Amino acid sequence: MVLELASNMGRVPEAPDLAESPLSIRGLTVTYGQKPAVFSVDMTVEPGKMTAIIGPNGAGKSTTLKAALGIVPHVSGQVQVFGKPIDTQRARIAYVPQRASVDWDFPTRVIDVVLMGVYRELGLLGRLRGRHKAKAMDCLNRVGMREFAERQIGQLSGGQQQRVFLARALAQDADLYLLDEPFAGVDAATEKAIISVLKSLRAEGKTVVVVHHDLATVTDYFENVFLINTRKVAEGPVTQAFTAETLQTAYGGRLATAQVDQLAQAVG
Amino acid sequence: MSGEEFVPLSLTPILIGTFAAIACALPGNFLLLRRQALIGDAISHVVLPGIVVAFLLTGAISAWPMMLGAAGASVVAVILIEAIRRLGRIEPGAAMGVVFTTMFAGGVLLLEQTDTSNVHLDVEHALYGNLESLIWLDAVGWSSLLDAQALAHLPVELPRIAATLVCVAMFIGVFWRALKISTFDEGFARTMGIRVNALGMALVIVAAIAAVAAFDAVGSIIVIAMFICPPAAARMMTNRLEAQVAWSIVFATISAVVGYVLAGYGPLWLGAFDAVSAAGMIATVSGIILALAAKFGPCRSRTGAPMTA
Amino acid sequence: MVYEALTLQLGYNATLVAIGATLLGISAGVTGTFLFLRKRALVSDAVSHATLPGVCLAFLLMAALGGDGRDLIGLLLGSALSAGIGLWCLNWLTRNTRLAEDAAIGAVLSVFFGFGVVLLTVIQTLGIGKQAGLEGFLLGSTAGMLWEDAVIIAGGGMATLMLILLLRRPMILVAFDAEYAAAQGISVSRVDMMMMGLVMAVTVVGLKIVGLILIVALLIIPAVTARFWTERSEYVVLLAGLSGGLAAYLGAALSATAPNLPTGPIIVLMSFALFALSLFFAPNRGVLAAVMRHIRFQRRVHLRQGLLALAQSQPIYEKLTLRLLRRAGFVRPDGVATEAGRARAAKALRDEKRWEIVRADQTHEAAAALYDGLREIETVMTKDQIAEIDRRIGAPSEVLA
Repeated sequence: MVLELASNMGRVPEAPDLAESPLSIRGLTVTYGQKPAVFSVDMTVEPGKMTAIIGPNGAGKSTTLKAALGIVPHVSGQVQVFGKPIDTQRARIAYVPQRASVDWDFPTRVIDVVLMGVYRELGLLGRLRGRHKAKAMDCLNRVGMREFAERQIGQLSGGQQQRVFLARALAQDADLYLLDEPFAGVDAATEKAIISVLKSLRAEGKTVVVVHHDLATVTDYFENVFLINTRKVAEGPVTQAFTAETLQTAYGGRLATAQVDQLAQAVG
Repeated sequence: MSGEEFVPLSLTPILIGTFAAIACALPGNFLLLRRQALIGDAISHVVLPGIVVAFLLTGAISAWPMMLGAAGASVVAVILIEAIRRLGRIEPGAAMGVVFTTMFAGGVLLLEQTDTSNVHLDVEHALYGNLESLIWLDAVGWSSLLDAQALAHLPVELPRIAATLVCVAMFIGVFWRALKISTFDEGFARTMGIRVNALGMALVIVAAIAAVAAFDAVGSIIVIAMFICPPAAARMMTNRLEAQVAWSIVFATISAVVGYVLAGYGPLWLGAFDAVSAAGMIATVSGIILALAAKFGPCRSRTGAPMTA
Repeated sequence: MVYEALTLQLGYNATLVAIGATLLGISAGVTGTFLFLRKRALVSDAVSHATLPGVCLAFLLMAALGGDGRDLIGLLLGSALSAGIGLWCLNWLTRNTRLAEDAAIGAVLSVFFGFGVVLLTVIQTLGIGKQAGLEGFLLGSTAGMLWEDAVIIAGGGMATLMLILLLRRPMILVAFDAEYAAAQGISVSRVDMMMMGLVMAVTVVGLKIVGLILIVALLIIPAVTARFWTERSEYVVLLAGLSGGLAAYLGAALSATAPNLPTGPIIVLMSFALFALSLFFAPNRGVLAAVMRHIRFQRRVHLRQGLLALAQSQPIYEKLTLRLLRRAGFVRPDGVATEAGRARAAKALRDEKRWEIVRADQTHEAAAALYDGLREIETVMTKDQIAEIDRRIGAPSEVLA
């Protein structure tokens, strides 16, 4: 069993066809200073599914995502999006960063932030037209933030800021949605709103990848998981990859035995 | 005041001062929001070694080599700051302090070592410029604005700074959205395929060009003041970037015009005879505007940014 | 000439100036370290530029009262006063408005300096005539300095240094860990004020020697230089004082050898030379050391990844990995693993599995915390422990029990 697990953690024995995967990563290693944050990670995201990236604090969850997107540099590794180099596929990716990563004191309104989602479509000099604004308002509506359109972004609560970020991603009309800890520190209403939007995206056939920290909700929200602790621990459908053993491996001593048992029961 | 007096003596300095102020304030808005406000300070210091080296190489005071030299020095400074910050793992403020003081010191030393007795090149000039001397002697009144012959003898600084202003404005206009996104949310900008680092460097180079052209006409004090004070005051007036930039242009213009008028005529009103430094006065006025905005501006205090703390 | 200068044989004034500059350099280096450690290095830039209006106003006032406008003590008092006002403005702006500290610094320095220039031209137009000395405050000038002035500078440098010696303990505490210092009952804001007071003192004393534009270099560069050589705060302070003093001494002495070697710039350039040496050659934080370390590290990562791929017979994509494997003799030129390569790969894979056990087992938490993907397991576990782990790999059912 352990042996099987150990060989599993290295690579997926039969990786799905790379060309079909919305996001495939091979041998990704990222280091901060002299310490690897992510070591030789492979990941193959299944199309049309919701995948959670989980692992303990500092396990390289966000780093994997950021390195795949080229936000942080990597030491080695290859990344393909829909089977092609990522730079040719930027228009198909929507990324929702961590809320803490931006300056909320920036002089801009909610609607302006959502409109950033259509900038790519506009190019450098394309004019912002009524239909873009209508689309942005529609996206705000989907996350329940329509009436806040004219607010300065610093005046929003954490949950509201997160929903604005999601609305911006929606405005991008992407095929692959990558979210970095969207549920961190948000209220229950926001969490509900976000998850229902994500589920509707999946219903449209989009692929969603979420860096997630709350083990209790994994089985409710996601179909696939990717467990990481500097290295890949497990990858696959929740029922197979999200088990007591894989969690034990990923979290090690950091997860109390009782917690693991509880989760194991939840997993079934 | 009559046109005969105003047009030749005051019109061109006021225009030059205003254009220079706006050319600096425009990129200043983005530098401010990127927490790079002091890049303007650094640039304005390293302009001196740049022009001294250009002078040494060409042996003459001529505009283009000096502007190239100054722009080159700015780029060198920015690269050095970035290199020291990364290589030495030193906070940006300290890295900046190391670079611009050293380059300025090098410039002063070079200047002292060089025989500049027959040219107008000294540290004081570099600091305060000589806005007052940029007069239009061929003008006889407002009618000269239509007189081709008189227009041909406009101080060369005026068309130069005007062209610079147009370039700066075009850069900001063309890259407006890219600048806005990459300033607000760098990670998101990268995922959209925006070359964030290149854009950041381009912004600094544009700021340097503005600084150099302004410096040539008005000296480096105005440059630092205009990079920071009008955008900072504008930030207290509004929560929208578009409005902030508009306010900064207004404030830059007021500073330049009021500052020049106060410097030129203020002492006369007080019964003294000679004018005081226009550059210094423009910086002072911009400071007064900033103080007023900081005290009374509608958006002067930080809005809640719970996660950035 | 240079030898005479360095051994202080160029006359009383030059000697006093050199001594004063050295004391100033030490004080500035030490004071600057506290600023640097508190990440507020450029505050000193605002403080120094803010001295100019004070110098001018003091001159005007003294001249108006019929005295000699150039009295150094009066000018220095004026400069201290306006530097204090500048500092207050800076703090007010960062506390009460949304401006970040860097913008506030830039605003204060440019506006105060601009106003100072206005006052300079006022002094010129008033035709008092004896204002030539004031311009010396911009870049410093020690040429033709009065004996009394040299004494004041040497005395000022000495006094500042004494003050630093008195205040060093609370300042070190606050610079390292403000919260801990507060818990110890130290008023952080008061220590910050003392720190700024020292910055002002250094600036004021340095005005005449290096000038207000370059004094900030004396406060920043030595601290940054010293940081390269040590990770311990006390040593950073000491080394900064040392390098500041050395640069100032060399600079002041050298500049006395020729008329067109202005003291301030020479001192700054000396300081920078020490900095550049440190940047490149410091043993741990220096660039050369870092480059070597990074290359070695990158190779280890690639080699390890390559070995693991070999062990699991997976294709290797990275060219660097292949090259390193070849050079180590682990693969043949055609990419097939050699005997040695297979052995090392097997060991790498086995270590992976060992680590896996270690990290899943709570009793090995301390060892697991050292895991970084590269560390040899032998360095954190005893032979017996490894044997135990190997047994478990052989008998997996125990783990899940």
